[in-house]
This record gives sequence, C-alpha cells and structure tokens, in this order.
Amino acid sequence: MSLFSGKNREYLLGPLSKNNPVLVQILGICSTLAVTVKLENALVMGLSVTAVTAFSNVILSLLRNTIPNRIRIIVQLVVVAALVIIVDQLLKAYAYEVSKQLSVYVGLIITNCIIMGRIEAFALANKPWPSLLDGIGNGLGYTVILAIMGFIRELFGSGTLFGAQIVPQGWFVANGGAYMNNGLMIMPAASLILVGLIIWIHRSKNRDLIEK
Amino acid sequence: MDRQGNTYTILYSIVLVVVVAALLAIVSLSLQPLQNENKQNEKRQNILSAIHITSTPETSAKDFEQYIKEQYIVNSRGEQKEGDAFSIDIAGEYGKPADQRQLPVFVAEVDGAKKYILPIYGTGLWGAIWGYIALDEDKNTVYGAFFDHAGETPGLGAEIATKHFTDPFQGKQIFDNAQLVGLLVVKGGANGVHEVDGISGGTITSKAVETMIMSYLSYYEPFLKEK
Repeated sequence: MSLFSGKNREYLLGPLSKNNPVLVQILGICSTLAVTVKLENALVMGLSVTAVTAFSNVILSLLRNTIPNRIRIIVQLVVVAALVIIVDQLLKAYAYEVSKQLSVYVGLIITNCIIMGRIEAFALANKPWPSLLDGIGNGLGYTVILAIMGFIRELFGSGTLFGAQIVPQGWFVANGGAYMNNGLMIMPAASLILVGLIIWIHRSKNRDLIEK
Repeated sequence: MDRQGNTYTILYSIVLVVVVAALLAIVSLSLQPLQNENKQNEKRQNILSAIHITSTPETSAKDFEQYIKEQYIVNSRGEQKEGDAFSIDIAGEYGKPADQRQLPVFVAEVDGAKKYILPIYGTGLWGAIWGYIALDEDKNTVYGAFFDHAGETPGLGAEIATKHFTDPFQGKQIFDNAQLVGLLVVKGGANGVHEVDGISGGTITSKAVETMIMSYLSYYEPFLKEK
C-alpha cells in the first residue's frame, strides 16, 4: 500500500470538507468563537491545534497496544496536556505578541473536543501513518474554518487584514466618509451566526450531509 | 505480563508521568531565557510609550537606556532609596499593605526636559488593569499615559489601551492648589484641567482607570509634593 493511496488521501483531505470537524461533526466550536477576531490569531490557533492533533495522534497510535484499557483516557490526557504545554511555551518564546492575544485559549486547546475525539475514534485503532494524516487533516479542517471566520470578522469588524488597513481611512465617518466598522463582528455572538451561515452554505452544496 | 493487571497499570502510569515530567522540565528550562527577555522588552516598550516613544522589541533595550536616565524606589513616606526599580513586580507589590509597598520611579529625559514615569496598577471590570503615567518636572502636569489590561471587553473597556483614550491625558493636571485630585474620567464633554473623556459603553473600566490613578498617585503623594 503506497503512502498516499486512496484511503490515506481520504484521511488527509476528507476533514477539509465532507468530514469537517467543525462543520459536520460540530466539534471545537468553543475556540472557534473565541479566537477569530483577528486573522493572524485564528491562523496561529489553527496551526497550534493542528500540531497537537498530529503529534497526539501519532504518539497514541504508537502506544495503542501498550496502554492499559482502564487508564486509557488518563494516558490520552497526559500526552495531550504535555503537547499543549510545549506549544504554549514555544509561542511565549517565539511569538510573544500572538501568545498574549490568544492568552488562555492556548492552554484550553486541551479541552478541544477534536483532539480527544480523533484519538478515541481513530488513533487507538489505526497505525501511526494513517493517524498522522488523520490528525493533520482534522487540524487543517479546523484551521480552514477559523481562517474564513477570522477573515470576515477582521475585515468587517476592524477594517484590517493581518493588522494592515484594508478599508481606506477616508471612507470612515470620522474622516468625512460614510463607513463604520461593524461592532457586532468583534463580539463572540457574531461568530456563532457566522458558523451557522457557513454550515448552511456547506450543507446546501453537499446535500447528502443534510440530516433526514 | 498481563496488560490489564494492577501491577502493569501502576508501572505504566509511573513511567509515563516521569517521562512527560522530564520532557516538560527540559522544554521549560531551555525556553525560559527567551521568555523572560520578551517580558522585559514589553515592559520597556510600555514605559517608553508613556513618554510617547514607540519602540520595538528589538530596539527597546537601546531606547530604554537612551531615554531613562535614572531610576529609584520611594516608599509611601516619600523616602528615596537606591535600587533596581525596573525589576520590581508591580502586581506583587499591589498585594502588600499600602505603607509597605516599594514604589518605582523612572526619570526620563525628553528634549532636555525631565519627566517622571510612575507605574500604576488596579482592577478593571474583568481583571487587572495597569499602566504608566508620565509627569512633567513640576510633578503636576501629565506628559503622557499608557494603559493595558488583562481581559477587558474588546471594543469597549479594552479601548483604554488605545491612543484615542490616552492622548487626551497630556496636559492635564493632578493637583488643584496643592490638593491631590487625580484625573477624572467623565462621561462626555470633559472640560477643565482635571478631566478626560471616558469610553462610551466602557463606563466601569473608565471609572476603574480613574480609581487606579487616584489611589496610586496618593501612594506617591509625599514624593510628588516634595519639589
């Protein structure tokens, strides 16, 4: 079996759309709401979660035949918690500004249901290589949604992208124009509405996902 | 060995925990110097922004040395003592009784004029708020201010960290005929030399800034009154 056979490709690419953890499995919603005010934060958060899902999937897949069943969940938590702390420490050392803005949400990656969900549902029953692909795929599926929301919220909420001004200054009411930033976009409620809209659009394009 | 037995389970957890603990200790120790430097750079940048100097993490150490000519510690009776004012942890001092706190003073020189920069600290709506306030040589007129917060509401209370809020502090006065009055953060239409405009929708945070400034200036009062 080659490394990127049809099945393996499905593990990696499936979560990007048809099997998206946020849109279809409705996992990881909490952090989706909290860290998408700015595009940069959303991307760093998405990549951090991807790193954690990928490594935790591989590590637990390697350990899967040695783990005593009774303390299975505890072992998973220890591995995930250790990875999250490492990511947090790396961000504090190399991306201090971003880590300040993400604040507690980096530590809360451990509670992200995608990670435990993928370990339980996939890594404990599969070999390391497919587990790695599955981890990366789900992490990226999560990142894509965060990026879409970060893009919309930053553009309409602050008029910027990656911190650079996109909406011309002259358009704003303060400078004699007729434009105002949408204050709702920077509140968490906006992300709930946005997720709902994205799910709606996604399901109307993928009719087989619609529940009977 | 029985994979589901008690002995195996206990040994497994011990080995796992020891390995993970060792790994985390290594990561933490090796990244600590970088993390501390980030924190110190940020503190330098914050102090400098109270005197309208915009610095980057890379240049903050150099800029700090260039502008901050002197630093010392005073106590609540206004007595000065030598010491490294920069390394004092304001949040830690905030937990002590007011008469035992060590109060740092940074003396800056901007275009030949002396400025006193005083750290302030207090509680906002959701968590801690803090900042630096720079005074002219008369220890009365405000030269600049900087505020930051742990988790005020984005778009409302969090606006205290923006220039929009801090710029009007310049030129205000904290004394009214030798009586310390602090700075009043008012709801719309600030006038007079003791008032600045608050943030609409961020009233609790705005008022918290007012309380924080007043309480911290009162600790510094003996120092501020000595000319």
